[in-house]
Parts: sequence; structure tokens; C-alpha cells
Amino acid sequence: MDLLHQLLTDYTLRTVAAGAAVLGLTSGALGTFAVLRRQSLLGDAISHAALPGIALAFLLTGSKAPLVLVLGAAFTGWLGTMLIMSITGATRVKYDSALGLMLSVFFGLGLVLLTIIQKRPDANQAGLESFLFGQAAALLVGDVQVMSVIAVVALVVLALVWKECKLLAFDRDFGESLGFGMKKVDILLTTLLVVSIVIGLQTVGVVLMSALIITPAAAARQWTDRLGTMVVIAALFGALAGVTGAVISGSTSRLPTGPVIVLCTGAIVAASLLFAPRRGIVWQRLRELRAGRRLRMDAVLLDLYALSTHHDRHDHPHDRRVLDMMAHPSGAARRSLRFLEDRGYVVRNTPRSWSLTDTGTARAENLLRSGWTAEG
Amino acid sequence: MEPAQVEIQLVAIAVAAACALPGVFLVLRRMSMMSDAISHSILPGIVVGFFLTGDLSSPWLVAGAAATGLLTVTLVEFIGRTRLLREDAAIGIVFPVLFSIGVLLIARYAGDVHLDVDAVLLGEIAFAPFDRLLIGGTDVGPRSLWVMGGIAGLNLGFILLFYKELKLATFDAGLAAALGFFPAVVHYLLMGLVSLTTVGAFDAVGSILVVALIVGPPAAAHLLTDRLSSLLALSVGLGAVSAVGGYWLARSLDASIGGSMAVVVGLVFVAAYLLAPGRGLVAGARRRARQRRHFAERMLVVHLLSHEGEPDYATTCRPEHLVEHLRWTASFAQDAVARAVRAELVSPEEGVLRLTTEGRSLAARAIEEL
Repeated sequence: MDLLHQLLTDYTLRTVAAGAAVLGLTSGALGTFAVLRRQSLLGDAISHAALPGIALAFLLTGSKAPLVLVLGAAFTGWLGTMLIMSITGATRVKYDSALGLMLSVFFGLGLVLLTIIQKRPDANQAGLESFLFGQAAALLVGDVQVMSVIAVVALVVLALVWKECKLLAFDRDFGESLGFGMKKVDILLTTLLVVSIVIGLQTVGVVLMSALIITPAAAARQWTDRLGTMVVIAALFGALAGVTGAVISGSTSRLPTGPVIVLCTGAIVAASLLFAPRRGIVWQRLRELRAGRRLRMDAVLLDLYALSTHHDRHDHPHDRRVLDMMAHPSGAARRSLRFLEDRGYVVRNTPRSWSLTDTGTARAENLLRSGWTAEG
Repeated sequence: MEPAQVEIQLVAIAVAAACALPGVFLVLRRMSMMSDAISHSILPGIVVGFFLTGDLSSPWLVAGAAATGLLTVTLVEFIGRTRLLREDAAIGIVFPVLFSIGVLLIARYAGDVHLDVDAVLLGEIAFAPFDRLLIGGTDVGPRSLWVMGGIAGLNLGFILLFYKELKLATFDAGLAAALGFFPAVVHYLLMGLVSLTTVGAFDAVGSILVVALIVGPPAAAHLLTDRLSSLLALSVGLGAVSAVGGYWLARSLDASIGGSMAVVVGLVFVAAYLLAPGRGLVAGARRRARQRRHFAERMLVVHLLSHEGEPDYATTCRPEHLVEHLRWTASFAQDAVARAVRAELVSPEEGVLRLTTEGRSLAARAIEEL
């Protein structure tokens, strides 16, 4: 409540939260395509490759205006991506190596330029370092406006080429055969990805921005099988993590924004992996347990049925110890018998002896007809 | 050169060699980005180790960091096995989270001590000569030289000892498993070495630039050779060249040494990309140009042969008309004719091209080949 109150009254915090929401929204939406196209780590390469662009933009213009720096970042980020595409196309160097190489070489170049800037006499460079880990507190309303305009343009473009992007993500060859220039769509979508990354650099920093691309989309993937829904959920997750992270970091001393936002996305993805309906690990495990229980239960039912065929009446009572010996693992019959009793398939005659009911017999015969063997 | 400079370069070479050796296998196994993940996620290990020991050069730090490196690998594989996410997404989620934990721990609790993120991320090899290793009171050299030399030796020993297993597990994991070579064990040992190497190298070149030295030289060497043994040797060589070159570049620019090394790694890769014999961009362009010339030569003689004896031979077989007949550009036609004349395949007589005996036999051969 206290945080909410602060968010509504504190001007800086409101600005920061708005900025984080905008970038979470965009990176979540565009990250969806990166994750689906197995290009999750491209975001990492782009954000690292943006560093020399920031330094170059400052060296060339002497300005620290976010728009200038973002343009520089976008240029080298884009250049790095195009180099990755051409290296993997023209040589035997694989995608992962091209990513690692481009990421580290461009980042190294960025560090070289930053150290050169530091040693210049007119060093009003303070602040460029904040691009490493982001400094949301330094966000101004003007920055947020610039970010928002860029984000809206990127999202509108995405909406306009939605169909082509969908084709690219799921069946590139089919798209090519329909006459869409998939190469162009690829470059366009990658450019949008670059845009969504660079607008986050000031807040989250080059080192961690990739997490904002991957994590919301990876979390959203757990909740849906539809592309449109996934983009919307990813955008919402991104915005949620952005706002939460920015507010926590902004209202606590000595907590850099980028890492806090990343931990928020991490919490969202962990919750999604565990609890997303149907796909979640918890439900998977529960389903496995339930299936195992049902298998063991049916096996005991069939054991009882097999025993009953040696008698005149199918409801002839049998001792639990016999069933225990037949069950696997031996001795596991007791629990299964209780489940069978709950469902009305067996009844307990004396504390230790059990017999089939009519519905139990019918079920056992059904199971046998559908291919079960009484081996259990 | 001053002794300190020599020592810095020796440390740089040791770092490059230690990184390139396991790097070859990461590149071949398409797991290059695992080095990026490990190099980031060792941060919380270093920080926790530092809090526990209060000493940045304690071996416990190395152990803690190597353990977090292996934790990363395990987590990535765990997420991959649930089939909920692909491996690249799993990598991209795990390491930023671990790295963030490290950054936050430093920001919250280590503000006043000598441990900041820049030091871990960027490293400073220039300080290497100041931290001496003393044995029984005698100075035996910079500590990091011994550490990185030791790690390089360990990596080399591991590769020599398990060369056959590594080769098999890298190129045919299925066969390795079938023959009982436990590719999973090899995999984890390799990842353990990558973690150890990264931890050892981070304070020399910084954790992100470790990636350059792990991935870059093997990727460049891979363009130059097809044999695993020469790939290993070449990677170490290119890594050492990049490291030393980077040092001098940094000196001349008065800039970050680690950053400069990464830049030189990039330049070395570009050089290999352009100049690799047979596979490089330049070799490819030359091959295509040669093929174009070769083809043009044949086109020319076949064209002349097919028009021989025709009444309008004198008008169709002039250099100017080739532009029209063979749809060549004027300059290309000029070059092709000049080359054919030099090769004595055709001879110009009053502006009309005539086949020589050699030209005629080449044309006949070319037609037959078709």
C-alpha cells in the first residue's frame, strides 16, 4: 500500500514506472517472436552490440540526449545483427559462435571507446557508464515520451506486418512460396527487436536487457498456444515486471533498477513454469501421480477379477494379503483397494477380505476387452 | 620493454591459451553461448565467496564461482528437460537472473569494500604484476600468471588425457554413448573446466571479454582448418596473438586492455573470414572470377567455331559484335578477347577474330564436354 501511495504521489517514481512499463510492454511483445524463432540469445548480442553505438554517438555529437544515444545504439545493434546473419550465411561458423563473437567483440569495442571518452579533458561523460546496468532514476518525462513514441511506432509496424511475421515465425518456406519476401520480413522484424532493446538500455542496461526480451515471452508461452494471446500476455508480463522492479528499486536505496526488474521477470517465469495450467511442472507431476495411481488401482482390480474367475461367484471374497503379494510393488494393494472402494468397484467384507461389486466386474471386463492384461 | 609489460603479456597469453582450449569444444558442440552464461552467472559465486572469506584472491572464491557455473549448466539442462522451453531461452533466462543476484548483493552489501561490478565485468590486467606470488618469501612472479598458467595446463592435460573421448562425444554423441564413453560425464567435466577458466580469467580480462577469448579464436581457426588437433593449436596461437595485439592496441590508444583484446579477436576473425585459403571471402571471389574468365574463354572460341565458314563471318566475329551476340558488356568483351589473344587461342586479322589451331581444338573439346 505504501508503495502504491508513493507511486501515485512521487513524481520521479511515477516517471520511472511509466518508462519501465513502456519498455516492458514493447520488449515483451517483440521478444515473443525472438523466443519462438529460437533467437532468444540474439537479444543478448544486440544489447551488448549497442554499447559502442552509445559511445560513438557521444563521441561524434558530444550530446547525451537519450534520442541521440539511442540512435547510435540502434545503429551498432542493427549492424551486429546483420553481421551475425551474414557470417552464419557465408561461412561454416554456427549461429551460437557468431552470437558470442559479435557480442563480446562489440562490447569490447564499446569499452575501448568508453575508456577513451573517460580520458578526454571535456569529460562530461558521467552517465554513459549507467548504460551498463541502467539507471531508471535518471529517467525524465521527456525520455519516457521519446520511448513511448518509438514503442508505439514499433508496435504499429508489428501490427501492420502481423501476418508476415506469423508466417516467418512458424513456416518460413511456406511464406516464401506464397510470394512474401521473407528475407525482408526477417530484417524488418529484427530491426523492430533492435528498437525494443535500445529503448530499454537507459533503464535496464546493456548487460541485462536481453532478459526483458526473453523472459516475459518464455513465461507467456506457458499460458497459451496462440500467437496473438502470447504477444499480449508477454507484453503484460513485461510491463508488470518493469513497473514492479522500477518501483522497488526506486523506493529503496542502493538497488540498481536493471537487476531488480530482471529478478521480477525471473519470478514471473518461475511461477509460469511451475503453475501454468496444463503445461506447468506442478500439474505435470500431479498428472503423472494420478495416472500412476489409476494404473495401480486398475491392476489390483484386475488381480481381484482374476482371482474371482476361479470361483462360482464373482463377488467371492479374497484376503488382502493375497492381493498384496500379487501387487507391484508388493504390498501396495491397500491404498488401491481404498480408492476402488471409494469408486464403488469393490466392497470390504471382513476387515481383511475384499470382493468385487457388479460395477467392478463390469469395469474389469471392459479393461480386459480394451487390451489390458491381467499381469498388472 | 619493462619487466611489468613482459609479465602482463605473459599473463595475457596464459589467459588466451586457457580460454581457447575448452573454447574449441564449445564452438564445435554449438554451445558457445554457454560460455557467456557461465561468465555472467559466476558473479554471485564470487560475491558470496568474498563475503564468506573477505579475500578476493581466496581459492574458496574460485570454488564458489566454479560451483555457480556448474549450477547454471544444471539449471539450463533441467529447464530444457521439462520441454517447456528451448535451450537457448533457458540459457537466456538463467544467467541474467543469477547475474542480477550478484549485482544486487554487491550493490546492497559490498558498497564500501574493494569489490565492484565493474571490476568483475571489465577486469584489469594492468594490475596483474602488482599481485605477486611469494613462496617461502621469494617472489616467483605475478600470482595471476601462475593461476592462469595452471588452468591452461589443466585444460591441456584434460584434453590430452581425454582426447579420444572428447572427439567422439563432440562429433558423434550417440556413438560415444553406445560405446560406453559417457558423453554426459565428458560434458560436465568440460563445463567444469569452462567455469574454472572463466573464474580464473575474469579478473584479468573481465567476464564478458572472456567470451571473446573462448569463442573468437576457435571460430576463426575453424575457418582455417579441418583437423581437430590443428584447430586446437591454431586457436591457442590466434588467441595469444589477439591477447598480445590487444595489449599493444590498448597502450597506443590509452584504452581498456580487455576491450582492446576483444577488438583484436574480432579483427583476427575478420582476417580469417576474408583471407582463409579456399574458404575465405577473397578466395571465393577469386575462384568465381577465374571461373567466369574460364567460361568466357570457352564461349568465345565456341562462338567463333560455330560461325566459321559462314558468309557473314567477317561481321559477326568482330570484338564489337560480341557485345550483342554473347550479351557481354563492352569492357568484359575487350578483356576476354585480349586474354584469348594472349593465350594464342584467337588472332585478330584486320579487326576480325580468327581461331588458331589451339583455339579450334579447345572449342572442339568444349563442345564435346557439353
